[in-house]
Amino acid sequence: MLDFHAVTKTFGLKPVLRGIDLTVAEGEFVALVGPNGAGKTTLLRIAASLSRPTLGRVRVGGYDLPAHADAVRRLLGVVSHLPLLYGDLTADENLRFYGEMYGVSDLRRRSTEVLEQVGLVHRRGDLARTFSRGMIQRLAIARAILHAPQIMLFDEPHTGLDQDAGAMLDTVLKSVAANGRTVLMISHDLPRALALAHRVAILSRGKIVHTAPTAGLDPRAFAQQYDELTH
Amino acid sequence: MTNSPTDRLPSALGQGLRATFAIVRKDLTAEVRSKELVSALLVFSLLVVLIFNFALELDKAARENVAAGVLWVTFTFAGTLGLNRAFAAEKDRGSFDGLLLAPVDRAAIYFGKLIGALIFMLTVEAIVIPVFSLLYNINLFRPLLLLVVLLGTFGYAVVGTLLASMAMHTRARDVMLPILLFPVAIPVIIAAVKASAGILLASDWGEIAPWINLLVVYDTIFIAIAYMVFDYLVEE
Repeated sequence: MLDFHAVTKTFGLKPVLRGIDLTVAEGEFVALVGPNGAGKTTLLRIAASLSRPTLGRVRVGGYDLPAHADAVRRLLGVVSHLPLLYGDLTADENLRFYGEMYGVSDLRRRSTEVLEQVGLVHRRGDLARTFSRGMIQRLAIARAILHAPQIMLFDEPHTGLDQDAGAMLDTVLKSVAANGRTVLMISHDLPRALALAHRVAILSRGKIVHTAPTAGLDPRAFAQQYDELTH
Repeated sequence: MTNSPTDRLPSALGQGLRATFAIVRKDLTAEVRSKELVSALLVFSLLVVLIFNFALELDKAARENVAAGVLWVTFTFAGTLGLNRAFAAEKDRGSFDGLLLAPVDRAAIYFGKLIGALIFMLTVEAIVIPVFSLLYNINLFRPLLLLVVLLGTFGYAVVGTLLASMAMHTRARDVMLPILLFPVAIPVIIAAVKASAGILLASDWGEIAPWINLLVVYDTIFIAIAYMVFDYLVEE
């Protein structure tokens, strides 16, 4: 579903990604972890067609990027640490706006469906700027799944959330992943990444330095390995 | 694989138009609620008109000579301010990425932002023109002059929207937009001032027509250029 082959990205003379090879299979949930500045967000932006690789090949859902960016965008739902929402619009208006942008049919029903899924249907008429950080993030997920994308990209979705809101977001993330979607999530939170994902990859200094299935992985041993590989 | 709600997508053109008007509606709804942009533009424009009025202290004949210049200085300064804010707000909230992630032709995003900017600029102008008429004691409600205002504003918004989308990525975007915009917009500003002055001074049609033609040509050329290059300007 997601295939990065020898992907390199430089900003000016500074290399940010240095030959990334990573594949995420259909229905798989992969967590990408790494320290600040490792290139995680850059990799996600390339997958989301918001940025072009300097070198290398990126295929998303069988389509090459950037040649078939429009087709790729239909397949993607993206949640970043910025909610991509409008504070002066209500939850419902935000979803209606994005629904029109994605050509979603039967928008009213679909909007209700996703608001129910993230537990915000009772606040559908409220302005987004009156929402707490946790509610904003849930609305951002509703926005991202509105057009029923096959692939979800999450960029540190837990940033700024308290424990309760984080736990609620985990439930929503699990339900998103349970629908057979392919998920690539960037996270700083190792225990959370291990709990949610099927596989974890460590990105350090622009390179994937380790990948492992999370099933049966000892969190403490993994944390130690993470420290060794990223310092 | 589950059926997607986008399976029954309309044609690309229909989807593009729908996206364009969704952006316009979103911008208008947000502005009606916040009143941030139009109120700032309005206060700024009225202050510029007032400052010129008291600073110049002109007799009637001199007022008619400078009126077109003062009017377009006001419109261009206010327009620059508005264009900057329209894109800066999207960039600061990160919501511009949301627009770029949508599976629509980039031109749909450009036209959506253009129509929104145009509506805001024309709304401000619709309030400034009567105030200007009163302060300068000049009747600006002449159909041909209003046509020139429309063509000039359209041309300025066309090129301004394009350059604002480029300037928003720079650190000094507030300064960058005027630096980029004014040189490119000189033909439309000169043509608008000359045509407006000609109308206010009741010049012959032969003197006014070339400037109106220039406005039409400028608008046409830049809308075509914007359609072709907007995609590249918003690429990272």
